[in-house]
Parts: sequence; structure tokens; C-alpha cells
Amino acid sequence: MFDKPLAFWLIQSLNSLSLGGLLFLLSAGFSLIFGLMRIANLSHGAYFMLGAYIGLSVLRAGYSFGVAMVVAGLAVALMGGLIERFVIRRLAGNPLAQVLATLGIAFIIADGSLLVWTGDPQQLPSPEFLQGVFRLEGVAFPKYRVAVVGVAIVFAIGLWLLLEKTRIGAMIRAGVDDMEMARGVGIPVSALFTMVFCLGSFLAGVGGVLGGPILSVYPGLDTDMLPLALVVVILGGVGSLGGAFVGSFIIGFIYTFGQTLFPDLAYMILFLPMIIVLAIRPRGLFGRIGA
Amino acid sequence: MNRTALIVCAVLAALIPLVAGDYYINLSSQILIAAVFALSLNLLVGYGGLTSLGHAAYMGVSAYLSGWLFLKFGMGHMLSAPLALLGTTLMAALFGLVALRASGIGFLMITLALGQVLWGLAFRWVTVTNGDNGLSGLTRPMPFGIDLTGALPFYYFTLIISIISIVCIAAFAYSAFGAVLRGTRDQPRRMLALGHNVWMVRYVTFITAGFWSAVSGLLYVYYHKFIHPAALALTNSAEVLLMVIAGGTGTLIGPVVGAAVVVLLKNYVSAYVERWTMLLGFVFLLIVLFMPDGLVPGVKRLWMRFARRRA
Amino acid sequence: MNPGPVMALEVRNLSKSFGGLPATNDVSLAIAAGERRLIIGPNGAGKTTLFNLITGDLRGDKGSIKIFGEEVARLRTDQRAQRGLARTFQIITLFPRDTLAHNVVLAMLGLSPARWDALRPLARRRDLYEKAREVLARVGLEAVAERPLSQISYGEKRRVEIAMALAQNPKLLLLDEPLAGLSHEERQGVQALLAAIPRDITVVMIEHDMDTALSFAEQITLLHYGKVIVEGTRAEVVAHPRTREVYLGA
Repeated sequence: MFDKPLAFWLIQSLNSLSLGGLLFLLSAGFSLIFGLMRIANLSHGAYFMLGAYIGLSVLRAGYSFGVAMVVAGLAVALMGGLIERFVIRRLAGNPLAQVLATLGIAFIIADGSLLVWTGDPQQLPSPEFLQGVFRLEGVAFPKYRVAVVGVAIVFAIGLWLLLEKTRIGAMIRAGVDDMEMARGVGIPVSALFTMVFCLGSFLAGVGGVLGGPILSVYPGLDTDMLPLALVVVILGGVGSLGGAFVGSFIIGFIYTFGQTLFPDLAYMILFLPMIIVLAIRPRGLFGRIGA
Repeated sequence: MNRTALIVCAVLAALIPLVAGDYYINLSSQILIAAVFALSLNLLVGYGGLTSLGHAAYMGVSAYLSGWLFLKFGMGHMLSAPLALLGTTLMAALFGLVALRASGIGFLMITLALGQVLWGLAFRWVTVTNGDNGLSGLTRPMPFGIDLTGALPFYYFTLIISIISIVCIAAFAYSAFGAVLRGTRDQPRRMLALGHNVWMVRYVTFITAGFWSAVSGLLYVYYHKFIHPAALALTNSAEVLLMVIAGGTGTLIGPVVGAAVVVLLKNYVSAYVERWTMLLGFVFLLIVLFMPDGLVPGVKRLWMRFARRRA
Repeated sequence: MNPGPVMALEVRNLSKSFGGLPATNDVSLAIAAGERRLIIGPNGAGKTTLFNLITGDLRGDKGSIKIFGEEVARLRTDQRAQRGLARTFQIITLFPRDTLAHNVVLAMLGLSPARWDALRPLARRRDLYEKAREVLARVGLEAVAERPLSQISYGEKRRVEIAMALAQNPKLLLLDEPLAGLSHEERQGVQALLAAIPRDITVVMIEHDMDTALSFAEQITLLHYGKVIVEGTRAEVVAHPRTREVYLGA
């Protein structure tokens, strides 16, 4: 294992970072939804996958990658908003029922996607100006992966600014901290819920498109991504943007290096940090949610 | 579910082969296997108030252990069955330590993640599980030298095992421990104040649920003579949860009814509709939205309303 | 040096903060065996927090809690219950779908090895249900023992709370506002119950209803902002100037 050249480590590190960036887009939304609304949105992986599929169709129609990202993000956000308004809100006060409803929706989206886009795995083409590699010290770094990391960081900064510097962000943070207090202070909780759900869905949709050239899109992408989002949130803490950021990159590294070094057991190694975190520090994470 | 009702059902079930052909007998076997699976989950969900989305893992691991012991060592069922059950139960004991660090939605998320680990393992650990090809060429046991290859003998074998399982699970549910378990579901804080070790109660239940799931796993692999990673997929865990919720969690017969409904739906629907998963999703959604108590309480209510109108 | 008799409850330097706000601030108190202690204080004084620290529902940041000489600060709630601690809750936390008798049986099972029996039907244990009816008779509820809890009045539910606690044969009983929300008549009934509790049970009570509580208490501890302000006999505390300050605002 230790006889691999430096290039190997550098390339895998870049792969880890780009995977981490994608995971951030996936789990930031999941974490916010969970933190504010106390709902584990089990359709979140399906939103990611749907975003990728929609992006694929937009690209096939001849539009640019940027347009694909925006359209997919907005489409998934719209769907998320409708689901929040007409399904999740109806089950208010019953978090378990809400979670099960999101599970049912995940199945519907997954199977529906199979119907529309068929079962073949498909890779989204990356934008032309990002094809090819950067050469540094003789090592070839794919341009697209670097761009993914960049985009993820831009989104992270944007989300941070939203949460820390805007009124809406303050309301979201208040709601995550103490829902009763937030209601009491007059924060429009219903509207906030819909907004955050749309925002989370948007991020997942964009993440799917962004991940398309790297992960491809295939039936089962949703159930591949969902547990990763779960692990990131368990690691990083519910409702914490910083936690989602750090957790995503930790998982990105563990998964990437695990895959290349121990392919048979990579999936298990992924969940080891989750188990360790739970063994040492579970209460801060689930103290509010547990019965 | 009282004693007479159980005996009546058992007798009726035993008489099914007199009126049905092989197809329906096989279907009945599948329903029984699903019923044991659903009843095992109901210990956690209905009586314990702990919703798990990773229950397929125990059924699947038990099936894989049985198949692997046969293919790798040529081990006979007399030995492989208890070993498979033991292995799965130990796994449940290990997983319970992790999963019970939380309750409510935290528990749900952890069980989901754990279930996915095993599913991924079943796919990737090709040297042991044969990956996407699954383990095939497996056999059914021959208790007392009886050949179970035919639908009829296998059905009676399954019926006997199922009845034993149901009786044991019922005893568990009606025992003092079962009452304490339900207490921890309704008022965990109060139970702690009364001196009950709520964590331990839940842990024992978790392991017990895993054990009976393992039993259904053995029946499953004997029936199909084949095991594939798909048996451990999230879809399967969701299906069994649907059986429990659809039938009604508060009773012993609810999950059995739910199992029958889901198995029948699946069998009939897949003949006409390709998108079983989508239908499963819709059914889930509809039940959660409109009949959250489940079919058995819902039907009971309708019946009482009907009876009152007649009187 | 004579160490003196063992205190039923001895709390030393107990503190608990929530996000920087001290809910319990370096509280120390000692309650003798058989005593009737009343904990009073305005809303937010930290009375229920103190109870929750003693029962184990909350972990203190620092300090010691001794029940009959045994340090319990590191023990779980159920472990403390096993050592003779019982409590009632401010909000009714009973089992509405079950009968009164069943509720009490659950309380009795808490200390019985029978609670681990996963084989024999509970319904067959006539002895447990008989004992439960006896306990309910002590609080005057024998007539409704077989009724589901959801069908009895609020005042009767309060009495069931007390019955459950008594069913645990406790040595130390914590009552969290046992008179809350009761009508005048119901209050008389519960008062009589409390007065009838035998002396081998030490009772600590939180109450807002001054008249009723004062007649019950022998020693009173007044809390404010998580600190012990005044402590002493009923007469002493009532007459103390700081008491008036706390209640009328300083």
C-alpha cells in the first residue's frame, strides 16, 4: 500500500475533495431540513438523482451545463415545495409519518425515473472548457474535478452568508435552535419550512447535475447517495452547516481511499466513523430527537 | 389474538391445500414467510415504538449464512440452520449497541445506514457472497428424511415453523416483559422513574426481533433456494415496514394481514404492472396519509360502525 | 466525632447550567429520614430542575447527591429508583390505554425480577393484580381499578400518580406539584392521602399552592434563581424578610 507513487496520493486526494464537494451539496440540504423541520427527508437521494437525470435531458436538448444546473435545481426545488406543501404539511406533528411519506415518495421518484430515462447508466458530459487536465509537476489533475471543488466552496460560502448575514438566515438559525421560541417571537414557521425544503431540494438537484460527469446517473444512485448523506449528518451534526462541510470532506476522503485500497470492504469502512461517533458522542446529536 | 382464533386460523391454513393448486400453495408459503418477518419487526415497531428501516439485514444475513455454509463447507441443514441463526443473532446484538444510541428518528436513520452497509457488503464482497450473481444451487432441508421439494410438503413445513414462531412471539408480547416494553414505548421517562432499565428492555427486544427475522430468512432461502443482495435492499426493509404499518401495529394479527396484503398485491400487480416499486411508494403514501393506524384497526372501526347502525 | 444519623437526602454543591444560564447554582441541602420537606420558590426558581437532578433525569455539572448515604450522582434514573427513590411528575405521564390496575402493576414490576419474564402471560399473575388493587384501595380508587386510565377524572389521575409511587415502596418520595390543577374538594382528598403517608417514607414536595403545602411541611427550602435563599422550619421561613423579598420582588 505504501509503495504507491506521490501522484497516486495527489490524484486520490483530488478525487476525495471533489466527492466531498458533491456530498456537501447533498447533505447541506438534508441537514438543514432535518435541523429545522425535524424530518429525515428520505427522498433526498432521489432528488439528487432526479436532478442528474433532468440535467442530462437539458444537456441533450443542447443547452449549456450552467443552464442544466439551474433548470435541474429549480425543477427539483419546485417539486420539493409541492411535496412539502401538500404531503408533509398535512402530516404536521407526526415526524415519523412524515419520514415514511418521504420514503414512499423516494420510491415513486426512483421508479418513475426508471420509466422515463431507462435503466442504462449514463454519464453527463462535462462542459467543454473544463475537459482535459491541469498539469502540475507532471501530475495530471482533471479540470472538472477541480471545478467541482470550487463550485462546492462557492455554495458553502453562499450558504454561510445566507445563514449568518441575512434576516431569513437568522430566522432559520433561530428555528433550528429552538422552534418554540422562534414561533413565539413571530417567525413565520410555515413559510420558512417550505423555503428551507425548497432550498435543500435545490441544492440536491444542482449537486446531482454537478456530480453527473463524475458519478454518472443510474438507477440506484439515490440509494447509494442517501446513506452517505445520513453518515455525513450523523458525523457533522444535525442542522450544522459547518458540520456538513467538514463531515462531507471526511467521508469523501474515507470513501475514495477506501475504494482504491480496500475495494471489497470500502462500504464498511465508510460507516466506521459513524459508529465511532455514535459510540463516543451520541447525545449531542440525537438528544433533541429521541423519544 | 386469543387462543381459539389462532387455532381456527391454523386449521384453516392447514386446509388450504385441499382447495388450492400449487400456485396458491406457494403463494401461501410466501405469505407465511412474510408474516413471520413482519411479526418480528412489529416487536420493535408496534410494541417497542422503535421504527427500523434496516430489518431486511437480519433476514438476508441469515439466508446468506445458510447458503454460504452449504456451498463452502457442504454443511447440512441440521448444523447450518442453528449456526445461521446464531450468527445473525450475534450480529443483531452488535448492531443493537450502535442503533440504540438513539431512539425515534435517530434510531431510524442508524438502522437504515446499518442495513445499507450490509447490502453494500453483499454486493461488493464477491469472494464470499458472489456479488450480483447471488448464491444459487441451494437446497431445502429434509427433516426426518421428508423431501420438501414439492409445494405441498414445503407449505406444511413452513406452516409448522410459522405457527411455532407466532406462538413464541405471542408469548413474548403477552408476558410481563412485553407489558414493560409497551410501557417504554408509551412513557419512557416514567418507566425509568419506576426502576425499569429502558435501554436494556429495548436491547433485548432488538436482539429478539433480529432472531425471528433470521428465522424468516431461513424459510426464505429454503423456499427460493437462492439468495441475492436485493433481499437486503432498502426496498425490502421498507416493504416489511409497510406490512406492519398497513396491517396495524397494535395487534398480533395486524402484521399478518399486512403481510398477506403486500404479498398478494405484489404477485397480482406485477403480472399487470411493471412498476412495483412505484406502486409500493404510492401505497405507503396513501396509508400514511389516510389510514395511519393500519388496516386492522381501520376495518374494525368500520365494522363497529356498521354493527351499530344495524342495532 | 459522632457522624450523626444518615440523611435521607444529602445534596452538596449541586450545579447545572443550560448554555451558560445556571438553573441550579451551588445548591446544598440535607433532609433527615422521615422528614416532610417543602421546596418553594417563584416560577423559574429551578425547583423542577433540582428534582430532575436528584432523580437522574438530568446530569449535574458538578456536586454530590447522596441517598441514605450512597452517592448516586453518577447513576441512571432507574438505578436510583432501585435504591428506593420514587417520584411523581408535574404533568400526568401515565399509560392512558391501560387500566388503573395495569398502571400500578407496571410500577410494581419496576422493582421485581418478574419484569424480565418473557414467557408467561402477565394476565395470569393474579397476585400482582391483587396487590395493585390493594394499592389503589389505599388511595380510594379501588372501585375504578379496571377502568382504562383515559376514562377517569384528572383528580383521580393525580391520585393514581401517588399510588404508582407508593407501589414502589420507596424510602424517599419526591412529589412534583401533586396538587396542581385540582379542585378544592380533590385537593382535600389528596391532602389527606399525603398526611397518611407513613413516617418510614421521607417526603420532599414542590408545590405552589401555599395554604395546602404549608400545612403539610415541617421544613421548607426556598429557591430563587437556582440558589437556596432561605431554609428552616415553617415558622422561620414564613417570617423571614428575604422570603417576602423573593415573592414580592426586591
